[in-house]
Amino acid sequence: MSQKLVDSLQREFGTDILAVDSPRGDESVTVAPERLLDVLGHLRCAGCEQLSDVVGVDHPDRAERFELVYLLRSYADNERVQVKVNVAEDAPVPSAAGVYRSANWAEREVYDLLGVPFSGHPDLRRLLCHHEFEGHALRKDYPIEQGQECARPEKLFTDEDIARAAERANDLVSDPDDVHDELHPSDLLTVNIGPSHPATHGALRAEVLLDGENILEARTEIGYIHRCFEKEAEDHTWAQVMPYTDRLNYCSAMLNNSIYAMAVEKTIGVEATPRAQAIRVIVSELSRIIDHLVCVCANLVDIGALTNYWYLYNVRESIYETLEKLCGSRLTTNYARIGGMSHDLFDGFDAEVRTKLDEMDVGNADVMKLIARNRIFLDRTVDVGVISQEDALSWGYTGPCLRATGLAYDLRKLAPYSGYENYDFDIPTGTNGDTHDRIMVRMAEMVQSRSIILQALDKLPDGPLNIDDNSVVLPPKESVYGSIEGVMNQFKLVYEGIQVPAGRGYGFGEGANGELGYYCVSDGTGHPYRLKVRPPCFPIFSSYAELVRGGMIPDAIATLGSLNIIAGELDR
Amino acid sequence: MEAMYAFFMDTAGMDEMAAHITVAVIMATIMFIVMALCAIIFTWMERKVAGFLQSRYGPMRTGRWHGWAQAVADMLKILGKEDIIPAEADKPYFIFAPLLVLLGSLLAWAAIPWAPGFVAADLDLGLFYIFAVTSLVVLGILMAGWASNNKWALYGAARGAAQMVSYEIPLLLATIPVVLYTGSLNTQDIVIAQQGGVLNWFVFRDPFLFIAFWMYFIASIAETNRGPFDMPETESELVAGYHTEYTGMRFAFFFLAEYANLFLVSMIAVMVFLGGWWSPIPGLDFAPAACFVVKGVLMVFLNMWVRWTLPRVRVDQLMHLCWKVMIPVTLVCVVGAGIWMMASGAVG
Amino acid sequence: MLEKYLPVLLVLAVAMIFAAVFLGLSFWLGPRRPNAQKNSTYECGIPVRGSTHIRFFVRFFLVAIFFLLFDLEAVFLYPWVLLFQPMLAAGQGIFALAEMGVFVLVLVVGFVYVWRKGGLEWQ
Repeated sequence: MSQKLVDSLQREFGTDILAVDSPRGDESVTVAPERLLDVLGHLRCAGCEQLSDVVGVDHPDRAERFELVYLLRSYADNERVQVKVNVAEDAPVPSAAGVYRSANWAEREVYDLLGVPFSGHPDLRRLLCHHEFEGHALRKDYPIEQGQECARPEKLFTDEDIARAAERANDLVSDPDDVHDELHPSDLLTVNIGPSHPATHGALRAEVLLDGENILEARTEIGYIHRCFEKEAEDHTWAQVMPYTDRLNYCSAMLNNSIYAMAVEKTIGVEATPRAQAIRVIVSELSRIIDHLVCVCANLVDIGALTNYWYLYNVRESIYETLEKLCGSRLTTNYARIGGMSHDLFDGFDAEVRTKLDEMDVGNADVMKLIARNRIFLDRTVDVGVISQEDALSWGYTGPCLRATGLAYDLRKLAPYSGYENYDFDIPTGTNGDTHDRIMVRMAEMVQSRSIILQALDKLPDGPLNIDDNSVVLPPKESVYGSIEGVMNQFKLVYEGIQVPAGRGYGFGEGANGELGYYCVSDGTGHPYRLKVRPPCFPIFSSYAELVRGGMIPDAIATLGSLNIIAGELDR
Repeated sequence: MEAMYAFFMDTAGMDEMAAHITVAVIMATIMFIVMALCAIIFTWMERKVAGFLQSRYGPMRTGRWHGWAQAVADMLKILGKEDIIPAEADKPYFIFAPLLVLLGSLLAWAAIPWAPGFVAADLDLGLFYIFAVTSLVVLGILMAGWASNNKWALYGAARGAAQMVSYEIPLLLATIPVVLYTGSLNTQDIVIAQQGGVLNWFVFRDPFLFIAFWMYFIASIAETNRGPFDMPETESELVAGYHTEYTGMRFAFFFLAEYANLFLVSMIAVMVFLGGWWSPIPGLDFAPAACFVVKGVLMVFLNMWVRWTLPRVRVDQLMHLCWKVMIPVTLVCVVGAGIWMMASGAVG
Repeated sequence: MLEKYLPVLLVLAVAMIFAAVFLGLSFWLGPRRPNAQKNSTYECGIPVRGSTHIRFFVRFFLVAIFFLLFDLEAVFLYPWVLLFQPMLAAGQGIFALAEMGVFVLVLVVGFVYVWRKGGLEWQ
């Protein structure tokens, strides 16, 4: 897939490339930590604009205990490559934050959860765990029974930071007859937006340093609802993780389910049946619609256009009814299974979804009438929270927020999975990368999702729902109740879990908010050895502080809404 | 009013001063009760109007018929709420601020002519007086925000003060063309000058007055701090703005004042531009007070309609609109109305 | 003349009484269970840092100054407005308008000055 990149690396670095392999088609090269920055720098020049994520894996039995996997992506060439380094405990790894901005938070996460120190990192603090937390939760030897009580909130700005910001602001005022007096640090206010604020839609915190209404500087803190999803997963069988994925992006649980199932299937080396794939596409796209509806309507509420909320939320409510009928719950669907789906569609699903999609059209049309040419709306969103395409890539943006900058990159199109290549749809893009474009891209994507669903419903294949593999899929109930083999099979699969062959696989798809990926490491037992989620809004939120600097509080709020930060997947 | 004086002086045998005081107390009590009722009715109405615009029902349970008792229940609930004064607050100001906001609104109500002769305070400078006392609201909001010692409240108060003082200028300027026609600031005189059907209402007298009316309407939304100009509150940005720290009855005073103000500016619009108590068709003036109130409620509805349709502007855009658009336009209206009057030889 | 303002005073008194009654009722009916957490200042769940009683942003101060200027000018318009009709009736319409024109012109010059100086810009 990305032989070109690997070849160029081998040409450039020769024997410094310690190993090359391609588990499940994911090209990866291993390098020594000293050469890491050179390799990343070379890859950046060779066209890898983005560092998707950094995965840390703990192998306590190895001398080089920690394995770090840098997931890189080239949009221009539509290629991917993974760079691996192995480091001993306490041995510092050079920070890639100077090469890719997304490395900043990704490395902080690794530092926080595994305790790998990064040298040259601009701001190496804990990220998901509390700043008073001791130990590193994802290490295999972390005593999980040990409870820690951490309550003191962290000051994100020190007094020196404030003094420096005041100085900088004074330096910027060059006009001698400006009405501004000299700013004194005590003139600046630090204000916490969140964790408990009406516009954060979840527990996030941004501390802003204000001069009047202007944000001089912002800093963010996350982790308020960090619940160790990844650690939990290591304690469950592969199949038991499914319901936990619902809670990642709780606005589009179906997408999390489907992509997780896909990732594990990839690690095992099987592929879902055509019917299961088509059903996944349908429910995923419904999920995407719901997610976009929630994002847009909440964003509009933040801007003060409250009425639009109901026009969109009623549709979401209505789609939820269908999902509830389909899988028994609304928010936490738990519908996909490794190797297929939990059960088939109900009778009349087809007709019901078509009516729901028509309702969506009406709701969206109503909202567009209210906002599309509304002067206030345009004033509030155009050129607010602008990010350039280059910055967006470096920050690790994917999904609608990246497409709003004008880059037509959609994993459904460029790395098709679940049969997306069989459907005809467009990739809506924006031009400015501002709040307005992000909203409009989402509105347009709903139309595309609608078209995908209709196509999928039209050509929904018959045939089996689950793959025919007793080591992956639970046996049918008749067999469990009627034969000893069936009972044994069920028992083994439930108690020991699906025996995923030792190895690794990075399964990813287009989540509602961008690239949602699961990096699965299996040691051949029934439990994940390591399961790393790449949540789309994590890298996006890492840029938030940068995005709102220099704006005003209302802009910060409008921007936050348009980025669609879901605390569930942000904090895991 | 005359009948009331007559009753107290002749039947009850009071002297003139006592009668004056008695009547004024009765009027003031009526004002207060009407104002409290308005707040209750308009809260319910707001929820129903919002529900109607948002394809939902609004309150439906309390009191059975369309949840009519919802606002009453809310008020009763608020009575039973704990009154919290933050430890960091400036106590005296914190306590006094809601009263000031309420007073600013209520005092202005005194000069509203509901029907011929039916006005609590019949002042020669009536209109002027109204604009003067409503400024108390700004003080109250500023005081509330400052005394709360809360950052959100501070921002809400600062924005609120900036917004309300700024929009007071177009508000004043927009009514000046009307005074040109009436030559009097007495609220009753202003209404009387509009006798004779819908075409005699000031809003339709000349094009400048028509523009002035809409300028007044926009400025009045800003003066009442309602969407799209709800800068002092902006619940998605400033949590609850200047009243973030207020609870229970003190919060209810702000709430009461908001709706009292809403009806007040609507009544001023009716009084100044929309013919006051006169019915649209000349000669059909059977129930002047009812006519006045109906027009007022329609204006309130218009206000709610705007609130639930438009997104919120940003604070700089708000100031831009006021200083760079509305003030110049209203100034042009003042001069234009004068020229129009002279050219057409029209005299109010 | 001033006795016309008597009702205003009484309205004030009645309002105070009613407000006191409602506050008293709420004081009597409502619970009072203060604690340190409840009485702390709200800032999204994070302990507040610093005071809000700081030097106020100059922007708002400017708005207040402009308000004073323009509001006073608007108030000065009122006497003219009240006299406009009598003057019109006395055939001094042109003079009245010209008089006002000069006044408004002065106002506009000041306004344009403030505008050009960027005094009306928020940022």
